Amino acid sequence: MVFLASFAAAQGGAEDRRSGYQDMGAALQKMQDDDTANPAMLFVQAGEALWKQKAGASDKACADCHAAGSMKGVAARYPAFTPGSDRPVDLDGRINLCRTTQQKAPAFGPESQELLQLSAYLALQSRGLPIAPPDDARLTPVRAEGEQLFKGRQGQLNLSCADCHDDNAGKSLGGATIPQAHPTGYPIYRLEWQTLGSLKRRLRNCMIGMRAEPFAYDAPEYVALEAYLMQRAKGMTMDAPAVRP
Amino acid sequence: MRLRFILPLAVVGAVWAVSAMAQEELRPYVIVGDSIPDSLTGLSGDAERGRAIVASRTAGLCLLCHSAPIPEERFQGNLAPNLAGAGSRWSEGQLRLRLVDASRLNPNTIMPPYYRLDRLHRVARGFEDKPILSAGQIEDVVAYLVSLKE
Ligand code: HEC
Ligand code: HEC
Repeated sequence: MVFLASFAAAQGGAEDRRSGYQDMGAALQKMQDDDTANPAMLFVQAGEALWKQKAGASDKACADCHAAGSMKGVAARYPAFTPGSDRPVDLDGRINLCRTTQQKAPAFGPESQELLQLSAYLALQSRGLPIAPPDDARLTPVRAEGEQLFKGRQGQLNLSCADCHDDNAGKSLGGATIPQAHPTGYPIYRLEWQTLGSLKRRLRNCMIGMRAEPFAYDAPEYVALEAYLMQRAKGMTMDAPAVRP
Repeated sequence: MRLRFILPLAVVGAVWAVSAMAQEELRPYVIVGDSIPDSLTGLSGDAERGRAIVASRTAGLCLLCHSAPIPEERFQGNLAPNLAGAGSRWSEGQLRLRLVDASRLNPNTIMPPYYRLDRLHRVARGFEDKPILSAGQIEDVVAYLVSLKE
């Protein structure tokens, strides 16, 4: 299997993986590290309020079903298979499954404030933990599909994700340092967006840069790419919710 | 449905011809060795306009990867060779082929094919069936690169 072979190769030798955090300047690192300066923390606060708020036809809050502290490590292991879905979902998808099946409320829209607030609140509870993709054989073909998407050329500029993030990481793309694309910090507060955004939004940005047609927000291709990226970053430390340039 | 592939009409030594009919938007050109000796438009380009295309982040995109002697553009890339002196290293025809389809010289190159429409996937709406640069723009950029002597 292509994926397993290349992943084994990536594991050999000393750790040369670097997170986007390590690639940014000291001023931004400081902004991220200081919870009173990190703008993502405002979303975490709003997320905590949402977590406790009753909603939907069942009139239940997330906190009514989940004990305090039970969300530790959850953001570090998605995408994953989960009861109630025959395909893997990412964390946003998991939140929306609880929303529709448990709370019996309409799903939050992609990149909606509520979804970003809740995912930021959950992500904070995995800060400092290693990325730990599930040991689940059903994810193997999903990761392989993600690897193919990562390595295939696309768009009018005919580039692959790997061209930049595997082969040219650390170099300057028109002044921006190309990171290795490890999803350690999502959702992120991106200065260029002036708001919080999901990993999906980041992937769409790269696709638009390549002049490739982005997948629809609910496309399984994103989940496959995210599953591959998480496996590629296995063991790296979560720094969510992060700040990025 | 029209054929959308580049059809080699005749292969004479290292000479290919590209069918004009197969791709109405692309002008035909002939590759000789590692170059396209003749202008795509039959006219020579304008180096001043070419410089502006190279500097532009929406037209040429060259400075994403390359640096060039364009000091007013502060943010330049270092994924690719500096373009300074390109006109001393390469002939006009060699530069033209590198722009039109650099994959002819290096199949794994990351340099985008500026004047090619086939073998592309998931091209974004609005950019489909258009080369990155038009024939006239290619000639302008060639004229600028030729002027970069060292
Ligand atoms: C031409 C270069 C290029 C290509 C191709 C590209 N990216 Fe990126 N990517 C970047 C740059 C540069 C950044 C950093 C953002 C910035 O500063 O603009 C980035 C950021 C990212 C990040 C965020 C990393 C972090 O630390 O938060 C991820 C994840 C990512 N890219 C994934 C992808 C995927 C998946 C693809 C293909 C679908 C892709 N990229 C294609 C240049 C590229
Ligand atoms: C995504 C990256 C990228 C972009 C964008 C790009 N190039 Fe390149 N270019 C390269 C690479 C890499 C090479 C080195 C040769 C190779 O890998 O094929 C190269 C080689 C060249 C060469 C030969 C240079 C030498 O001295 O050997 C020229 C000339 C050139 N490019 C011009 C341009 C121009 C003009 C543009 C914009 C219209 C441009 N390139 C856009 C990546 C790029």
